Amino acid sequence: MTGDGKPPLIEARGIVKRFGGLLANEVSHFSLHAGEVLALLGENGAGKSTLAKILYGYYAPDLGEILVNGKRVDIASPRDARALGIGMVFQNFTLIPALSVFDNVALFQKNLPIVVPRAEILERMRHYADRFHLAVDPWMPARQLAVGDQQKVEILKQLLAGARVLILDEPTKVLAPQESEGLFKTLAELRAEGLGIVLITHKLREVLACADRIAVMRHGRVAGVVGWREAKEENLLALMFGNAPIQPTPPLLDAAGRHDRGLCALELAHLSTRGSGGEPPLRNISMKLLSGEIVGVAGVSGNGQRELGDLILGLQRPLTGSKLLWGEDASRWSIAKVREKGVAAIPDDPLALACVPGLTVRENLVLGSGRRYRAGLGVDWQKLDADMQRSFARLGFPRPNFEARAATLSGGNLQRVVLTRELAHEPKLIVALYPTRGLDARSAIAVRALLRDVRDRGAAVLMVSEDLDELFEVCDRLLVLYRGSIAAEFTPEDFRAEIVGPIMVGTNERSDAA
Amino acid sequence: MRRDGATLWDCASARAKAFALVAVIALGVFATLLIAAGKDPLKAYVDTLVYVFGNAYGFSELLVRMIPLLLTAVAAALPARIGLINVGAEGQLYMGAWLATAGALAFSDQPAFVLLPLLTVLGFVGGGLWALIAGVLRALRLVNETISTLLLNYVAPLIVSYFIFGPWRSPESASYPQSPAFAEAARLPTFFHSRVHLGLVYALAALILYSLALTRTRFGLDMRAIGGNPEAARRLGIPIVRFILIVMFIAGGVAGLAGMAEVAAIQGRLVSELSPGYGFIGFLVSWLAGTSASGIVTMSFLFALISSFGDILQITQGVPYAVVNILMAVILFIVLGRQASGGAAR
Repeated sequence: MTGDGKPPLIEARGIVKRFGGLLANEVSHFSLHAGEVLALLGENGAGKSTLAKILYGYYAPDLGEILVNGKRVDIASPRDARALGIGMVFQNFTLIPALSVFDNVALFQKNLPIVVPRAEILERMRHYADRFHLAVDPWMPARQLAVGDQQKVEILKQLLAGARVLILDEPTKVLAPQESEGLFKTLAELRAEGLGIVLITHKLREVLACADRIAVMRHGRVAGVVGWREAKEENLLALMFGNAPIQPTPPLLDAAGRHDRGLCALELAHLSTRGSGGEPPLRNISMKLLSGEIVGVAGVSGNGQRELGDLILGLQRPLTGSKLLWGEDASRWSIAKVREKGVAAIPDDPLALACVPGLTVRENLVLGSGRRYRAGLGVDWQKLDADMQRSFARLGFPRPNFEARAATLSGGNLQRVVLTRELAHEPKLIVALYPTRGLDARSAIAVRALLRDVRDRGAAVLMVSEDLDELFEVCDRLLVLYRGSIAAEFTPEDFRAEIVGPIMVGTNERSDAA
Repeated sequence: MRRDGATLWDCASARAKAFALVAVIALGVFATLLIAAGKDPLKAYVDTLVYVFGNAYGFSELLVRMIPLLLTAVAAALPARIGLINVGAEGQLYMGAWLATAGALAFSDQPAFVLLPLLTVLGFVGGGLWALIAGVLRALRLVNETISTLLLNYVAPLIVSYFIFGPWRSPESASYPQSPAFAEAARLPTFFHSRVHLGLVYALAALILYSLALTRTRFGLDMRAIGGNPEAARRLGIPIVRFILIVMFIAGGVAGLAGMAEVAAIQGRLVSELSPGYGFIGFLVSWLAGTSASGIVTMSFLFALISSFGDILQITQGVPYAVVNILMAVILFIVLGRQASGGAAR
């Protein structure tokens, strides 16, 4: 399929990109041919997105050159990239919510005449939509679209704008399993049409399913390029991580501090909320969470998962119904009180939701500790240091410099700081919202092991994730949230994508829904 | 990366640079204006420096000018640490002066050891409650505090005017709207045979407490957390609403002390043109100082000096005082513009 004498669609040579002292990219050679799907695989911070953004003109490389169809080009901005037929679909979609699908697509076309040629654009939209399984109602406002449909529109608008190279940054992150299948089908059609596709991902399974070639990135460099025939999970992992061990050291257990099992840690009864921040309101949620179990919440993101987490943590008040924590009515408890009672939160984005970047690690560790480290008007820093050093050691994390500002830590290390803080005082209930999102494979394995470990020590864990494999691996029970309601509950016998997946998108409603 | 740069900007060497920058801009713009008016800028500068630093009186007047600037700068800096923009120190100053005047007139027969603490408390409460209006509106998510504090600036002088034209109008000075003079016991003590008054002690105390509270106490830590990442702070159970209310009250109170000091030390009565925009200059000072206590001292000094320049130029060179206002606007624009473009370049 490749190497038929034609120059590659896009080629990069000797790319170097630094951010301050950090070497983000040093790619001696990268090429993409017409009619191939190239997967850019690598753990977080390996430089995948940086390379993609350089190709799309979002960053200018410090050194190196880019060739399109064998000709050297200057890509100074995404505008230049689009003119050269390079399109990119970002992780966060860039649709204008108030405008219709048609408007969003039309706006993106280059040299749009003053009078918009509606019929012509519509015709082309229909044409592309039929051929590539991208059908979306053109008159629907973008804000009403499901996430999967938004992605279709993003791809559609790139195609109409004449993209020959399509870069997709973690496209399956927001999709249910069968939606991902649909996307792969679209990609296959586009490949057949002669487009070049760059698929950025850290999910091995996807890579093996649909890529022609796999470029593995590590520490900003392309560690190796593997054709799909030779690609095996083991050799890809070896390329991703070098010779470092993949299995984490299991955290040390001490028998002390076990909580009673089987206690009802959390009970929600007929609970509804108002809804906030683009999430649908929760509707008539009833569930129990016992200590010593991990209950997973599956669902395509944006179906009320964040709302549910916020509700348990006290950031949201129930509109109707009740929330009981350890048998006490906690519907009106403040966030501080919820935390004091032993609820810990592990968020998906520690930098945005759980840390203050301008403060030091030590200062971040004391935040949210309630009365624990009060000393007069100040803080008992010695006690804090002692406790946190113990917590770092117990979790098997390297202890960061407590004086360093949080902003200087990498995402993974920051997540470790948050985990250390949240797990330092034997929490009895842990709400983990997408705890492994954005973590590399190794850190994700460590976090999952950790959650199982605290479960074994008798804590109750609510784990929200969109990665079904992860939920199947970790959970004792699984709930599916769909449009703010619990659509179904599953026990491990039914932990299979073909059973759970359809419920996530609202098809095939089961009669035994909880 | 950008965050790194922003906090590095916080450090001391950068502050010295900011000080030098502002000083150079100020002197340069002044010089241009003076040359345009056909005056000799160099001579004007020498005159001014000789006047200000050449004798104790000139220097003491500089300190007198610094007092309200220090206090109103703290009033802007404290809310800034939790991400609130208080541009209302001017109005808070007026209301502090107003409530202190009410106390001074009502209890004019009391001795100084009763009156001075009373006036201090009333000045603080007057400004504090005025700022609390904006705090409550913000906490209820009704009105942004920048808007409400700004607008309240226009209301406070009207309230003062109402009282000095109406209920408190002094019978002795029927032609001129002002309150009766304060009793001697209600006047703040002054030092060194100059007009430097007790307000300087309040201002320095406010600065020290401000600095210590932020760096040494857990409240300061919580405040820095709110300012640094309000969403994370909320999720960690820091009571943001409570902080908004308390911080706005304290900030307004500090500005109110400036107003109390103006009436009780400088004017000796409530007058309508109480402040030539101290509250606004204080905001500028706090902004340029990056809300650091030491920066507030140096920037207040600089702005007191600039406003002395304006006075002296008016007297000796016949240049209207309004050039000072032009100058401050220029400084603000240049510094804002410089930071904005610096940020975009990164």
